[in-house]
Amino acid sequence: MPTDTPVISCKNVWKIFGKDPRGYLDSMQPGTSFDDMRAAGYIAGVKDVSIDVHRGEMLVIMGLSGSGKSTLVRCFSRLHDITGGTIDVEGQDIMSLPEKELIDLRRSKMGMVFQSFGLLPHRTVLENVAFPLEMRGQDRHTRRERALEVVKLVGLEGREEYFPRELSGGQQQRVGIARSLAIEPDIWFLDEPFSALDPLIRKEMQDEFLRLQQMLNKSIVFITHDFDEALRLADRIAIMKDGAVEQCDTPDRIVLNPATEYVRKFTEDIDKARVIHAGALATTDNKGEGAPVDAKATVHDMARMLVSDARDTIPVQRDGQIIGALARKAALDVLLGDDK
Amino acid sequence: MSDNVDRAQKQVAAPQFGTATIAFAMVGLAVLLTLVQYAGALPEWLHRVPEALVPNFAGWLDAIFSFVKDDLGLLALTRFLTEGLEWLLDASANIFFGKRRWPNIGPIPWTALAAAVAVVGYYLGGWRLALMGGGTFIWTALIGQWKIAMQTLSVLAIAAPLAFVIGLSLGIAAWKYAWVDRAIKPILSVLQTLPFFTYLLPAVIFFKVGPTAGAVATTIYAIPPMILMTTLGLQKVSDEVVEAGKMSGCSKFQMLRYVYLPSARTEILVGVNQVIMLCLAMVVLTAFIGMPGLGAKLLAMMGSFKLGRSFEIGVTIVLLAVTLDRMSKAWVIKQPEHFERDTPFWKRHQMLLLGLVLFVFFTLLSWVMPIAGEIGRGQDFSQGKELDNLIKWFLNIDWVKATTGFLRAFLNVKVLIPFRNFMLSIPTPAFILLVAAFALALAGRKQAIYALVFFGFVALSGWWDRAIITLYSVTAAVALAALIGLPIAILAARSEAWAKRMLLICDTAQTFPSFIYLIPAIMLFGITDIAVIFSILVFAMVPLIRYTIEGLRTVPPEMTEAADMSGATSWQKLWNVQIPLALPTMAVGFNQAIMFAFFMVIIAAFIGTQDLGQELQRTLAGTDLGKNFVLGICVALMALTFDLTIMKWAADKKRAMGLT
Repeated sequence: MPTDTPVISCKNVWKIFGKDPRGYLDSMQPGTSFDDMRAAGYIAGVKDVSIDVHRGEMLVIMGLSGSGKSTLVRCFSRLHDITGGTIDVEGQDIMSLPEKELIDLRRSKMGMVFQSFGLLPHRTVLENVAFPLEMRGQDRHTRRERALEVVKLVGLEGREEYFPRELSGGQQQRVGIARSLAIEPDIWFLDEPFSALDPLIRKEMQDEFLRLQQMLNKSIVFITHDFDEALRLADRIAIMKDGAVEQCDTPDRIVLNPATEYVRKFTEDIDKARVIHAGALATTDNKGEGAPVDAKATVHDMARMLVSDARDTIPVQRDGQIIGALARKAALDVLLGDDK
Repeated sequence: MSDNVDRAQKQVAAPQFGTATIAFAMVGLAVLLTLVQYAGALPEWLHRVPEALVPNFAGWLDAIFSFVKDDLGLLALTRFLTEGLEWLLDASANIFFGKRRWPNIGPIPWTALAAAVAVVGYYLGGWRLALMGGGTFIWTALIGQWKIAMQTLSVLAIAAPLAFVIGLSLGIAAWKYAWVDRAIKPILSVLQTLPFFTYLLPAVIFFKVGPTAGAVATTIYAIPPMILMTTLGLQKVSDEVVEAGKMSGCSKFQMLRYVYLPSARTEILVGVNQVIMLCLAMVVLTAFIGMPGLGAKLLAMMGSFKLGRSFEIGVTIVLLAVTLDRMSKAWVIKQPEHFERDTPFWKRHQMLLLGLVLFVFFTLLSWVMPIAGEIGRGQDFSQGKELDNLIKWFLNIDWVKATTGFLRAFLNVKVLIPFRNFMLSIPTPAFILLVAAFALALAGRKQAIYALVFFGFVALSGWWDRAIITLYSVTAAVALAALIGLPIAILAARSEAWAKRMLLICDTAQTFPSFIYLIPAIMLFGITDIAVIFSILVFAMVPLIRYTIEGLRTVPPEMTEAADMSGATSWQKLWNVQIPLALPTMAVGFNQAIMFAFFMVIIAAFIGTQDLGQELQRTLAGTDLGKNFVLGICVALMALTFDLTIMKWAADKKRAMGLT
């Protein structure tokens, strides 16, 4: 479960593309809109974003293309230099790191998976996976051993000697995942890892990914443009538009209380009963009576009980402790899709 | 987005209104000047730049060169480099044809080399390449040209790797540092249009006569495409691969070594292919500065009109060119294959082992059987004399003689000489105006100004008449090439199969060193003006056909289908849909044809013409560096004018039609 010390903490981060981004940012009036900046010849890739990634959590950054989600994640690893604000990774301000330490940080702490895989075409599966290890100077024997281990972990045993072009898309992405895991990173970035795959393969890879995450329990920043995927995977979701974070919260709360009209539009077609948990509906002002429900149960899980039960408020427990109670009517509203 | 499009359209549309009138006015003025000249009323100083006004460019350049050479000590440096290069060339000469120098192990027996080449061919492209590679070397040996071919190859073996290394380094630098790119680009475009004779003389002066100078000129000549391909390849590496490298913790050097260069493999190998082909073309031409080898022999044989032997040497050069081209191209597309784990060592490297075994076997064999090591005089199968007689007999058949005779007379008297005289009769300012008007109408103001400045320089260089004769040969040959080539290309483009066949022929023909094209020209027309035009014509026709077919074949099928559904006949379809859409691509072909023609016209000077080429060739005999450069730059500037104009036009047209 997430703890409270952030792995990545960013404050008022700006990333502006254009001729003289820093000068422009310094002279910019507060409240300048995305379109104003564009008229001045600048594109706001990331616009005043403050967000934390907690240890062991999976933060999903969701947005349509051009919303700045990929740019933001590249700022986290300093593939892009930010224009304003600060980003701390494990307590270090990464913008002040010299080249060498930045490389060390990437060699020891970070792994990244790319949308179009980013595999090196002239290297075999094994050589691709061992690449980060080779770069940090590990000897041939240990890196081969570790690479074999990770290749096995992602289920590509027997294909170690293949070249990327001899593999299917799904298999190629498994190589990408294996490579990003080879150095046992603490922070794992995944930039739309499954977008380039067929729907069936995508589902399979998501399951595979959840399995890996349960085994490895890393801090993850996952980028997607697919809201369903975000709901399926996320501990928290940050929804981005025009470079800014519109809302950052747990899936339940985003679905229950969309902060803006833009976010609400995404939630419209979602089967909310399958997303919202009892815990999210519980209020502490009332304890309720009778048999409690588990905080992790979705409204959909409780459907039969909600319809047949007669209580107005039902207690909710987490780890054996009563944490509050939910109003049965509110839960029924969610189930039946009655937006107030 | 939308205002981008608007702006693009404006850019395309804007020059057309104002410039059309200016262009017409310029043409009008030019015609007027010419008419006044015909009436005999034009003052002489307006007809040609007076001698007295011609600045002494050659003298100035000589002064600069001698300053750089002696005072700055460049000569000392190059002479020092010469030592190193000479040592390399001697070593390779020893290995290839047994020159008595370190390491004293050569020559390689011809059987061993042919076997090794065949194995390499098999590894790269299967049986066909094995046959081609082995066959070429066996032919070379049997026809009795082994030694001269090896002389050529021994220089190639040094010049090509050298050009590769220098080109790769410069390409990386240009990709990495914008200022290097900005500095290199203009030099490259001049280098690519500079006639090769201009490379030769400085090479001779700075690097001694013979193989060393030849190797230097060859290397320099082959560098530009390697730079361009390297930069292109590095720029094309996908962002994600780069980011993956960075996230794997690559340092800057590791990025280049393990990520960028391997990912740019294809483009770099295409560069290697071009380096090899240009080196071969140039190494043959270095015969003009006394480099021994196939080129020198060919030059001598053609000079003494021994057509049979010339033909045989021509075949050898062509075979070598095609083999080297096919093999290096096969290398480009060769993808690594994986082996199952625990494949034994010998199986992973079976080709290497096979090559080694055959090589050693034939080397040992040649100790017992000298014929397997070297084919001596009188043992070869050369049919020079017989071929000579055959060709002469053929040319003496009545109807052949009548045809070539008629062509010669008709073209000379009715077409070429009147055309040449007409071009010479135009006053210099009128001519410059016409060229500028052409550039203005086609491309725009900037290109028109270039045309004015470039041709202005040619006028001031004092070589105007010779420049015009050069230009006349180029124009006449390209026009004739278009007359013959375009119908062929259009016919071929009608069917997939024929288009493919034709493109294959063109591809192959393009690998031939330019010198080869002189052989049939001399055979048919002897040493005459027509032979010059004929060789240029054939040489220039190749890109013309190639690009026309490519342009026509790449017209999007929706458009031809739309034309079909609109009820167009095939003629209407051709005129209204296919040709307009193919025109930008065809223009690129035209441009290349013109560039090739400028290149060829200089080589053809060997036959004896009265243009810049001949003057250039004369400078090779002496140390007239300044004049050599002035002449070379004249040719380069004329070629550049056309290059800039036509390429701009093609790019504009493509953008306007949304084909990019």
